[in-house]
Amino acid sequence: MTIDFTKDWRNVALLAVLLAAAFFLPSWLRFLLQTALAGGLVALGVMIQMRAGLVSFGQGLYYCIGGYAVGLLAAKAGVAEATLVIAAAVISSVVIALILGPLLSRYREIFFAMLTLAVSMILYGLLVKAATLGSTDGFNVPPVTFFGFLPAQEARGDWTYVLTALLVVVACFLIARYLASGAGALLEAVAENELRLEYLGSSARQAVYIVYVIAAAVSGLGGALAAIATGHVDPEMANWTTSGGFVFVALLAGRGSAIAPVLGFFLLELVRTYALDIAPNAWQLILGAVMLAVILLLPDGLWSLVRRAPK
Amino acid sequence: MTNQPLLVTDGLEKSFGGVVAARDISISVHAGETVAIIGANGAGKTTFVNMVTGYLTPSAGSISFRGRDITGLSPRQTARAGVRRSFQIAQIFPKLTALENIIIAEIAAEKESVGLTTPSLVRSRVEAGMALLARFGLESMAQRRTGTLPQGVRKQLDIAMAAVSNPEMILLDEPTSGVSADEKISMMDSVIAPLKSEKATVLFIEHDMDIVRRFADRVIAFYEGTILIDDGVDVVLNDAKVREFVIGGVYA
Repeated sequence: MTIDFTKDWRNVALLAVLLAAAFFLPSWLRFLLQTALAGGLVALGVMIQMRAGLVSFGQGLYYCIGGYAVGLLAAKAGVAEATLVIAAAVISSVVIALILGPLLSRYREIFFAMLTLAVSMILYGLLVKAATLGSTDGFNVPPVTFFGFLPAQEARGDWTYVLTALLVVVACFLIARYLASGAGALLEAVAENELRLEYLGSSARQAVYIVYVIAAAVSGLGGALAAIATGHVDPEMANWTTSGGFVFVALLAGRGSAIAPVLGFFLLELVRTYALDIAPNAWQLILGAVMLAVILLLPDGLWSLVRRAPK
Repeated sequence: MTNQPLLVTDGLEKSFGGVVAARDISISVHAGETVAIIGANGAGKTTFVNMVTGYLTPSAGSISFRGRDITGLSPRQTARAGVRRSFQIAQIFPKLTALENIIIAEIAAEKESVGLTTPSLVRSRVEAGMALLARFGLESMAQRRTGTLPQGVRKQLDIAMAAVSNPEMILLDEPTSGVSADEKISMMDSVIAPLKSEKATVLFIEHDMDIVRRFADRVIAFYEGTILIDDGVDVVLNDAKVREFVIGGVYA
């Protein structure tokens, strides 16, 4: 591990180029990429907490809050302006994280994992019971407008892809800046020797609180973009199986770069898609085998391949 | 020597359930002093250091530093007040390099800000970190991952981390334990000189009387949780009780 993220902006720049080129992919594949980017932001939220040694098994909470914020505004309140609904998604995630943070930042290891999971399952339970919000079915989200302009049906995919790609690049850039900052460096210290950090005059709890809130913001953005991409939200977004998927991606992708979880999520979606195609009844077997292979052969995740590559 | 002492403890006591680990510990340390704390295992030395640095809250008594009451402050608040410590078993960040360890210490020591805006590896920090490592003779270790370094080097780094931001007082918990006998003196030389060059007041726990004689101005001998004697090096080391209870005839 290292605290040196000073050059990670280059990886983000590379991501920007890749996403620009991906505009010309076949539409099914580009849509797969778009939803993977949204989910990848949540995995990124999980990853930055992992840098502090904390595994959030309830990051779906903010994925769901972000998605429902967009859905409620667009479908129930009639506010479909993209900038507004996305801002609302991020702000509501941050507000909830600011409230929960002081409690959660006191816990570590399995206790942190279980508490994050418990909180997300509370939201899941509430949404499943909420008949007006479609219970387990959720509800559909009308298309968003861009400064009052509603693109034609066949162009909507282009618009939302560009929106997603832009915001994902900006989010990755900001997270890379955070990881390269003093506050980002302290995460590694929290993971390795919290007591020493306290004796050096710094608060481990403050460092955890900050990463928790930042992770919530980026995950809420991911949820918002997912709702916009798929035009649908349901309580499954907050379910623990969804959160577990984000943890898996974060583990698989590695912690070496802000873009690792985002790319990792897309790779996983590709494997899933092709596995489903090849073996409709045993695709989970293929997915499981891939995960096992990565964990056994690359304990620091796929990104360690990039780190090891000759410069 | 200034009139007001830097550190004053008054009637410090610590009991764990029915066991009294320290009782009536009253000392005062003036700025610039180098004080050795000696005593057999279980005499209360580490309990005393843990109380002064905020890890343990005293059951009774008070601690003041620069005239300010610091009794019951957390390790973080005590560190911010200017009291730093090193550990018997080096407490470092083993997956990071020596320079990164120092940089974490620099970030932690800076003003109570969130630190989101400044890059961790900003040039001023790297330069100050390299200068500090050089002061402790560790510059060749800067890019080495610290978990794989020898015990002695890790302990030097531990002390160097405590010395970041030049605190007024440093407490060293057995700085030479785990270091081979013939390296103890050079190890102490390599840490005491850089601390003294920045005018730090040093308290160190030590079992080796050669080290005590060589580096301390003053010795406090602990015995069964109380202070047996607190005086100059020669007086303490030749004291009959100290020779009987603390040195135990090992030191001829």
